[in-house]
Amino acid sequence: MSEKELAQKSVEYRKKILKYIYQAKAGHTGGSLSCIDILNVLYNHTMHVDATDFTSPDRDRYIQSKGHTVEALYVVLASRGFFPESDLETLCKYQSHYIGHPTRKVHGVEQNTGALGHGLSLSVGTAIAGKLDKKDYRVFTVLGDGELPEGSNWEAALSASHYKLDNLCAILDKNTLQISGPTADVLNTDPVDKKFEAFGWEVRHVDGHDIKQLTEAFDALPFAKGKPSLIIAHTVKGKGISFMENQLKWHHGVPDPKQYADAVQELDLYGETLASA
Amino acid sequence: MDATIDNIAVAQQTNLEVFSGVLQLLAETDKDIIVVTSDSRGSGKLVPFGQKFPDQIIEVGIAEQNLVGVSAGIASTGKKVFAVSPACFLTARALEQIKNDVAYSNNPVTLVGISAGVSYGALGSTHHSLHDFAVLRTIHNLIIVAPADNFEAEQAVKLAAETDLPVYIRFGKKSMPLLSAEKSFEFGKGRVIREGSDLTIIATGETVEHACRAARKLEREHNLAATVVSMHTIKPLDYNLLSDIAAWDKPIITVEEHSVYGGLGEACASFLIQNNFRNRFKIIGIPDEYTVTGSQQEIFNHYGISEDGITQTALALLGE
Repeated sequence: MSEKELAQKSVEYRKKILKYIYQAKAGHTGGSLSCIDILNVLYNHTMHVDATDFTSPDRDRYIQSKGHTVEALYVVLASRGFFPESDLETLCKYQSHYIGHPTRKVHGVEQNTGALGHGLSLSVGTAIAGKLDKKDYRVFTVLGDGELPEGSNWEAALSASHYKLDNLCAILDKNTLQISGPTADVLNTDPVDKKFEAFGWEVRHVDGHDIKQLTEAFDALPFAKGKPSLIIAHTVKGKGISFMENQLKWHHGVPDPKQYADAVQELDLYGETLASA
Repeated sequence: MDATIDNIAVAQQTNLEVFSGVLQLLAETDKDIIVVTSDSRGSGKLVPFGQKFPDQIIEVGIAEQNLVGVSAGIASTGKKVFAVSPACFLTARALEQIKNDVAYSNNPVTLVGISAGVSYGALGSTHHSLHDFAVLRTIHNLIIVAPADNFEAEQAVKLAAETDLPVYIRFGKKSMPLLSAEKSFEFGKGRVIREGSDLTIIATGETVEHACRAARKLEREHNLAATVVSMHTIKPLDYNLLSDIAAWDKPIITVEEHSVYGGLGEACASFLIQNNFRNRFKIIGIPDEYTVTGSQQEIFNHYGISEDGITQTALALLGE
């Protein structure tokens, strides 16, 4: 898929995220919009996964550590044919499998997550198994910057470098906001690049909404032989909807009818601009 | 049956040594057996395993949350993972990982809690695991096992390696008795070690030996015959056996190396009450306090988890 096609995909995904959160009257809008470009590039450019052969032992793995932004994952999986998109009409509704955090009941989800600070350890274990089996698959996990204070992340980071897991790539969705306020005010984890480097990782910074930078970063993996890779993706919470961007209330805000219509209109206009560019 | 009871003083291996031996046997032919430890290679008796199968042991350092998360990740690829760590830290510090990464995600990790209960004795309450049954019983999709002797330990490890479900196995430190010639074992089926018609003592793990000693004393000194059950599986509990026992309408005593809250005793009591059984009933365990200082045996003696203590409880319950 070309960069332009991927950019158009992101517009579609943003509209779908909004649609299903709007219909469900629940969801994590801001964080889903900040990480969607990362998931788009992972699933449509980088990872080897096939909905018709999802149990293949050779598939690349994606584990979403910041599980609350599951809407981003669901719309991407649906578009890759893991399940009919119409299933998402049931999102968060009574007895739906499409609950507000990733669950393996949904085809394509590797691990149940949602409690923060779990994805990296799960990814480390999966990557260790890949090394033991001498398989070429890679393991990807998206972390939120708000979840980094969980100590389990740092235990996992240590073990990833100890075991030289260059088949592991973590992507930090650094949107700088968490539920209580700016991440730097709640518990400052910067300079996060230096911390991971000190833990033995190879780190790159990218604009997390720039398709070209994302594809190039993923194409360059591993950044160093024998080292786990971290991509710090600088993102904007609520990205793509002007009145949601960098606004704390959209962490798990749900649009009202007018806000929804305005958001869709913005995205439609942006999509048209992209198409004519 | 008496012949085997008379053998209870004969020291066999520790259950951990049996665990290690079984793992080595399995690993001879199964490269999917993976041990993950948190600096527990020595205390888990896994040094020989590590020497023989260096590619099948993963060390994560003293980091229990990561231990369980990593184990779940490895298990998700189809390997048979044994995550080994002191029971107190494994089940408290990594409880959320046990709940989410192992049980909820159905990654079939065998969680091996070593030096459980008050095995660490005088090291104190930080190192005692008297909460593990209680907290783990509330987690869906997890089998909870406390083997009472080498046979049960061997069988539990073998079954854990075969099952597709997550399992928690709890081991103590001491050498174990040979309790019964009965050679049948499956998760969720209590083993009747001894049969008697005056009362039933349902014990688990390392307390089963003491229940057997008490049964012998009751018989020899008081002419009372006790049934002794090793309820090695705390969850799923053997409700069929419990119903049969309760239907005899005789007193029931439960014994465990665990808080009296939330363990074997309360699990049995809950079932019995809800099914309209009204047997005289007593739970022996560690009361709601941080334990006295002492060895495992001294702590057992202090709280009546002993030949004399169980005997006295039985006599009181029978009104003797």
